[in-house]
Amino acid sequence: MALLQIAEPGESTAPHQHRLAVGIDLGTTNSLVATVRSGLTVVLSDELGRSLLPSVVHYAADGGVEVGYGPQSRQSADPKNTIVSVKRFMGRGRNDIAHVESLPYDFVDAPGMVRLRTVAGVKSPVEVSADILKALRARAEGALGGELVGAVITVPAYFDDAQRQATKDAARLAGINVLRLLNEPTAAAIAYGLDNAAEGVYAVYDLGGGTFDISILRLSKGVFEVLAAGGDSALGGDDFDHRIFCWVIEQAKLRPLSSGDARLLLTRAREAKEYLTCHSEAPITARLSTGEMVDLTLTTAIFNEITQTLVAKTIQPIKKALRDAGLSPTEVKGVVMVGGATRMPQIQRAVGEYFRQEPLTNLDPDKVVALGAATQANLLAGNRAAGDDWLLLDVIPLSLGLETMGGLVEKVIPRNSTIPAARAQEFTTFRDGQTAMAIHVVQGERELVGDCRSLARFELRGIPPMVAGAARIRVTFQVDADGLLSVAAREQTSGVEASVTVKPSYGLSDDEIAGMLKDSLAHAKDDAFRRALKEAQVEAQRLIEAVQAAIHGDGELLSDEERRRVDSAIVNLQAAALGENRRQITLAMDDLEAETKDFAARRMDKSIRRAFAGRTVDEVEKATGGGGKA
Amino acid sequence: MDFNADHFALFGLPRAFRLDATALDVRYRELQAEVHPDRFAHAADAERRLSLQWATKANEAYQTLKKPLPRARYLLHLLGHDVGAENNTAMPADFLMEQMEWREGVAEARAARDHHELEHLHHRLRERMNASYDELAALLDDTGDHATASDRVRRLMFLEKLLSEIDEAIAALEE
Ligand SMILES: Nc1ncnc2c1ncn2[C@@H]1O[C@H](COP(=O)(O)OP(=O)(O)O)[C@@H](O)[C@H]1O
Ligand SMILES: [Mg+2]
Repeated sequence: MALLQIAEPGESTAPHQHRLAVGIDLGTTNSLVATVRSGLTVVLSDELGRSLLPSVVHYAADGGVEVGYGPQSRQSADPKNTIVSVKRFMGRGRNDIAHVESLPYDFVDAPGMVRLRTVAGVKSPVEVSADILKALRARAEGALGGELVGAVITVPAYFDDAQRQATKDAARLAGINVLRLLNEPTAAAIAYGLDNAAEGVYAVYDLGGGTFDISILRLSKGVFEVLAAGGDSALGGDDFDHRIFCWVIEQAKLRPLSSGDARLLLTRAREAKEYLTCHSEAPITARLSTGEMVDLTLTTAIFNEITQTLVAKTIQPIKKALRDAGLSPTEVKGVVMVGGATRMPQIQRAVGEYFRQEPLTNLDPDKVVALGAATQANLLAGNRAAGDDWLLLDVIPLSLGLETMGGLVEKVIPRNSTIPAARAQEFTTFRDGQTAMAIHVVQGERELVGDCRSLARFELRGIPPMVAGAARIRVTFQVDADGLLSVAAREQTSGVEASVTVKPSYGLSDDEIAGMLKDSLAHAKDDAFRRALKEAQVEAQRLIEAVQAAIHGDGELLSDEERRRVDSAIVNLQAAALGENRRQITLAMDDLEAETKDFAARRMDKSIRRAFAGRTVDEVEKATGGGGKA
Repeated sequence: MDFNADHFALFGLPRAFRLDATALDVRYRELQAEVHPDRFAHAADAERRLSLQWATKANEAYQTLKKPLPRARYLLHLLGHDVGAENNTAMPADFLMEQMEWREGVAEARAARDHHELEHLHHRLRERMNASYDELAALLDDTGDHATASDRVRRLMFLEKLLSEIDEAIAALEE
């Protein structure tokens, strides 16, 4: 356990000290972790110098967990307990998963999210992802020699709320403080844009193993602005493998396969696909457990033919995104290609034809997302000087709506709204004395509730009894900078805060996550108590550092008396954090938060005044005092 | 700066319908550069909450002022005229007739999958709307005739909706 640094109050713990932050690309196929070290953004490698970590997790009967190349190479030996492409299951029910019948897993259709039965117990995709994240965290902490302040974790831009929440939950299980969920194409644009000092409208085409994203961005000095995002969160290189797999079964007239043979053939299919990137034909040979032999040759012509519809499926979302951005293909200055699957020649050809220009393939499609995430993590951790930073304006990819009468959807926040975004909506009661009301939130573009993804159902309770139609309940939907939704409600006429219990349709409840945290500790050296205490201590330290940095920057905004009170709250918290009483730490944190509440408001005020500083006083006054004059 | 300041004041712009779009863009970015949650990712909870509120407000204000129809509605709201939602019964008969003719034209072109005709309708409607917006600018900024301006805004709400229906029909044909 790391000792907490103790500083005298007033003597700040060097606010300019470099905070260890990383960017994590949690991919369907491969994951990476990168950081900014001595001004350079680098991907962190394992002890053998390999930068990728295959997103493959093996569970053994003794509870042992192995992640990466080992389990990847042995996957057909123990397919049920070797989880590949788990990202496809995040925030998804069994019915949402494509080709579920050809996957070798023992699925358990749990409410909220599908689970996988392994010899080490039933696993949620969140837990499997957490195991990948833990491996990356260990790699990073080993390489950087210290504990991480936090991480930026990337998600496909087209991930919905349930998938984003699942990713954040996985980070929590892995003990990682999430500085931000960042959209993968946006991360790529940051890396590309900063490297090439790019200005103008760019498209990022990201085809990975299991997801497809298209983002249209405007890059200008110091600002990355996403104009529109689109995609398909269930389309990627895996689907090309699957097409080959089906072709093989048909050509070789194979009988239904065992799960081990299915894995083997899928692996052969993938190898053939990758081989065809540089060759005109690929041999596919395999000996199945039934003794049958597969010996086929796949030509580029056949491959193009059987995957033509998949390629076309990526063009539709591009059209839609451009339309949303109000642009034509020729207005796009460059198309940045990201993701291993964009190496396929037919993809590069199709994209080139659509945009009528050669796509930009000069960056490493495997690493660019992690590098962009690391650059952003470094910024978010506060390691860059003001003025030497940039502004990132991203959007939500899918509209948020509410179920109305007759199963129709009313849009509340339209897709491609810049985040953070909020919208308030008023509801009323339709029965006398009604004290509760149900609300159903969905995400998607279709008109019928059944065609959209159900995000959450919740009940407003505690509405004061009134005659029908008299109550006015204002429900506020807030999407934060991670693209995550939260809901608050208030009865307007009486000012009563209606309590909201959100039942997520997908994803895990807080109790389930707490349970998993406990389970994951069953095998760890630490016990649950230690872990919780440690978490509280780390949080306390984070708060102290944040407050000290604030004082360092804007100390003059505090009166002497306030400063004394803040200092003493800091000392209190430092003392509490040294002890073993978690409750005391929490109380001391609340105390320090309370003492700095006004200070925070004043600092925000100062920032906003700074935004106005460029303008003449005259201008601002004219505007604010403008009244009704024309 | 007051959190309850109106959207024009927030960006230091004069309260008028005619607006300097470049100044709006520049000031929106200046404000976001100060308040955006990315600047507070490592800050304490209280500051993070304030940042979320301010950044949300900046986005809402920017979206409202950027497009002419929501800007006009908002301006009228500040002036004490709430335009409300589209409501057929409140509209004069000749306007409703014109609407019906437009809709028939769109329905026919859609049924015939006539891409060219839909584009043509789009451009005709755009021109009609541009003229309407010019008139609205004069009513709001020059003569200060808010009652007539409210009526024009109500009509434009119908027209904007029609335009987006035409665009959707065009998009559907392209798919
Ligand atoms: N040379 C290649 N040719 C064709 N496909 C490739 C090649 N290299 C990698 N891929 C494919 O790229 C996909 C993985 O891309 P990656 O960007 O690592 O995915 P993710 O972001 O989903 O982890 C896999 O489907 C893999 O087969
Ligand atoms: Mg990827």
